[in-house]
Amino acid sequence: MALEAIIGLEVHAQLLTRSKMFCRCSTDPSAGPNTVVCPICTAMPGVLPVINRRAVELVVRTGLALNCSIASHSIFARKNYWYPDLPKNYQISQYELPLCRDGYLDIDVNGQKRRIRIRRVHLEEDTGKLYHTAGNESRIDFNRCGVPLMEIVSEPDMRSADEAREYLVALRQVLRYIGVCTGNMEEGSFRCEPNVNVRDTESGAKTGISELKNLNSFRAVHQSVDFEIARHTRLLQRGETVPRQTRRWHPSDESRGGYTDVMRSKEEAHDYRYFPEPDLVPMRIGDDWLSEIRAGMPELPQQKRERFVSQYALTPYDAGVLTQSLEFAQYFEAAVAACRAGQVAEAAKRVSKWLQGEMSRLLNETGQDIADVPARPEHVAELLELVEEGKLTGTIAKEVFEEMFRTGKPAPQIVSERGIEVVGDASELERIVDQVLADHAEVVAKVKSGKTQSKGFLVGQVMKATRGQAVPQIVNDIIDRRLGV
Amino acid sequence: MELFHRTAHELAELLRRKELSAVELCDAVLGRIEAVEPRVRAYVTVMADVAREQAKAVDARRAAGEDLPPLAGIPLAVKDNMCTVDAPTTCSSKVLEHFVAPYDATVVARARQAGCVFTGKTNLDEFAMGSSTENSAFFTTCNPWDLERAPGGSSGGSAAATAAGEAIIALGSDTGGSIRQPASFCSLVGLKPTYGRVSRYGLVAFASSLDQIGPLTKDVRDTALLMNLLAGHDPMDSTSADRPVPDLTELLGRDIRGIRIGVPKEFFAEGTDPEVANAVHAAIRQLESLGAIVGEASTPTVSYGLPTYYIIAPSEASSNLARFDGVRYGHRTSKPVADNVELYEQSRAESFGPEVQRRIMIGTYALSAGYYDAYYLKAQKVRTLLKRDFDKVFEQFDIIAWPTSPCLPFRFGERGDPLSMYMADVCTIPVNMVGIPAVSLPCGFSSGGLPIGIQLGASYFEEPKLLQVAYAYEQSAGFHARRAPLGASCGGEA
Ligand SMILES: [Zn+2]
Repeated sequence: MALEAIIGLEVHAQLLTRSKMFCRCSTDPSAGPNTVVCPICTAMPGVLPVINRRAVELVVRTGLALNCSIASHSIFARKNYWYPDLPKNYQISQYELPLCRDGYLDIDVNGQKRRIRIRRVHLEEDTGKLYHTAGNESRIDFNRCGVPLMEIVSEPDMRSADEAREYLVALRQVLRYIGVCTGNMEEGSFRCEPNVNVRDTESGAKTGISELKNLNSFRAVHQSVDFEIARHTRLLQRGETVPRQTRRWHPSDESRGGYTDVMRSKEEAHDYRYFPEPDLVPMRIGDDWLSEIRAGMPELPQQKRERFVSQYALTPYDAGVLTQSLEFAQYFEAAVAACRAGQVAEAAKRVSKWLQGEMSRLLNETGQDIADVPARPEHVAELLELVEEGKLTGTIAKEVFEEMFRTGKPAPQIVSERGIEVVGDASELERIVDQVLADHAEVVAKVKSGKTQSKGFLVGQVMKATRGQAVPQIVNDIIDRRLGV
Repeated sequence: MELFHRTAHELAELLRRKELSAVELCDAVLGRIEAVEPRVRAYVTVMADVAREQAKAVDARRAAGEDLPPLAGIPLAVKDNMCTVDAPTTCSSKVLEHFVAPYDATVVARARQAGCVFTGKTNLDEFAMGSSTENSAFFTTCNPWDLERAPGGSSGGSAAATAAGEAIIALGSDTGGSIRQPASFCSLVGLKPTYGRVSRYGLVAFASSLDQIGPLTKDVRDTALLMNLLAGHDPMDSTSADRPVPDLTELLGRDIRGIRIGVPKEFFAEGTDPEVANAVHAAIRQLESLGAIVGEASTPTVSYGLPTYYIIAPSEASSNLARFDGVRYGHRTSKPVADNVELYEQSRAESFGPEVQRRIMIGTYALSAGYYDAYYLKAQKVRTLLKRDFDKVFEQFDIIAWPTSPCLPFRFGERGDPLSMYMADVCTIPVNMVGIPAVSLPCGFSSGGLPIGIQLGASYFEEPKLLQVAYAYEQSAGFHARRAPLGASCGGEA
């Protein structure tokens, strides 16, 4: 048996619109229960939906980012099923003629490039939330009901849990870059349902597809897909049939590891009785509108990575790290632009090093988002210039940066408040070096005769004269220049 | 003639000239309701207090010298499937028996804005499913022309109220003939506008792609005036047409010489009552004598109208009515239930009447996996063919003319089985399937004194021409001037 996993992903992403999909209610997730509702999103008798144009634009934007063909003519459909969090007892969704289809997303899995095809991207509305309280009581919050939701369906092109996770990471990055979704899995604004089965490539035998639910982290996606692949493989090897099922993931706890169990079998599958939504007219995405949306497309992660390599002479690795989030990349570029002196590549290298080093460390420690950090990119540039000019040592600069990170004060202010003696300008340092050289002529002679280890003594003397404020590397450079070694 | 029997445009003139106050008119109509409502039973809810307040407000505005809209102060009855904030909206169903909507339907808001006086909410076949008001969950409305007969349906309450003088004008909704057939049965003018001409926002949906709100009035000019108020784009209804609204009174009185009128032969099928056929043919001859050019038209696919309607309308209804689940509003079972499914089943079984349940079942079946292509999809294809048929007819003709109902107003219970009731709509349904406007207007009476209506249709958004022809006929024939014999004095009926 030569077994291969077949994985496809269905992703639901809440769109970043101010108002709901078919009414004017706010999408504010922090609003109190049932405070952002109206007759339309609670399905009062007689109400009608009106399409949120912005939501359509965001889906088209996503389609363009995922290399899809965009429908010039697209319709909504009713998906009929009964549940108390769905007040109309049908969901307005898309079935035939979705907005986008036949695209792809290139991902990088352990250094290998893989192309994952996108089957369709469509627009629908979210449901409300049901809360089961103690006793035999249920409560419904309709705030989320009618929030624009985008469904992105991949082809079953992934072959491992790693690939599934990388696809999901790359997809979320794209959605965040183009500003259509916060991508927050824990809060449910970005949800994933993998379809997993296993095939024997020799005999062609296949297991029934498992549709996995209740995954609210990348880790859960990875673990549940791995679990299912193993389960299907085991059963297929035993010659048992694996029925098509919807299965729920249970994360691991003290008593046992993570596992899936059956929610619904195929026999219980819904018949959604789809039909075209008669309350809405077909959407026409004309060339003018499409070019307008296209013109508003921001740079995508892949494009940005490539540009960082060529424009800033960064390594592909550094470019990848710096572009992981749009905010981080923007911070980087703003800081480089604020550097006055020297070549762009030099400045980029310095900024890159600090952002990947100190900045990332502090972000991790504090759990902050770079966009919320009080220290602005120009402050970072200013600090790095002080270091570059030899006015601050690396150790002190790190301390200054940490305070800057916390308070947003500019480096010169921190320095003066802390009473840190900044070595004046470069000529001041050169004067001190010249003095040291003059005072220790015998050592200078030793160095010139080839005993370079004696240079350390001279550097030490300069450091002493500056009370440790000078940058040893710079002092070294000046001494080398003076002595011509 | 008593005030309550006069037309809106006559009364509007009296109000404008301050020869009559809105309160006096309101009292006259409320008095009439008190006198005849026990026999007619047109209203689910009479809004006497609201009406008096509205009438007072209109008088105050007029006294203050305000220039008021044409229908300010005119008593208007509203079919009880249009939402109103100040009275229940029941759809004549136990499901919504005590439901008060949190908002006004767009047409209600417009009428309120224009100073109309709301007499009340009128009876209908439950959720507008029927042709007699016999399917109302509360009671049956009687035809003012013969109290033992149906006023038609589903807008039977609005038609009976207007014909009995319990309202001056009324709003109806028409999904398969629900304005035109009661207009015909009660000797009124009833217009089903072009689909999209009038906002459906706030009309409790039966079949979304077919429903349209329209007027029920005593003459064509009143229909034109009420349509001027109702028509126009509504940002709350995406299917409402965003195009200019012509003044429909403009062409009234223009002669109709040279207007081409087609008579679709398929609409005079074998089942047509000979008295109806004779009256309609006579009306067509009269139109010819007024200068219209009459010819035979053909719509070969029209016989498929009825069966395809009974796929599409129930399909949409099955989905539209799914929201009545007892969770947020409406009837909820008081029996203990084990889960959601039982809550739905029990609440709905207790509160939907048999006809509504039948249509939900038909629609659910037609949309089910494995049947969708054979039923719903095929029905939509036939609908396209029907549209093509009518498009071709309107290349040749400006107006088409045929009976509104193949039969005279029937006695209660006479059409007990659903199929024969469905057949009553055979002449009106194709219009909804295609989406064109059509008006029913009085064209005579049977030997027994029962009203007969002729139906005129036109191409999309050709309401001005449609009413021009209707008006020309009405004025020359004069049937619109007759009022139902039901008088304050003629008590004793059942
Ligand atoms: Zn809302």
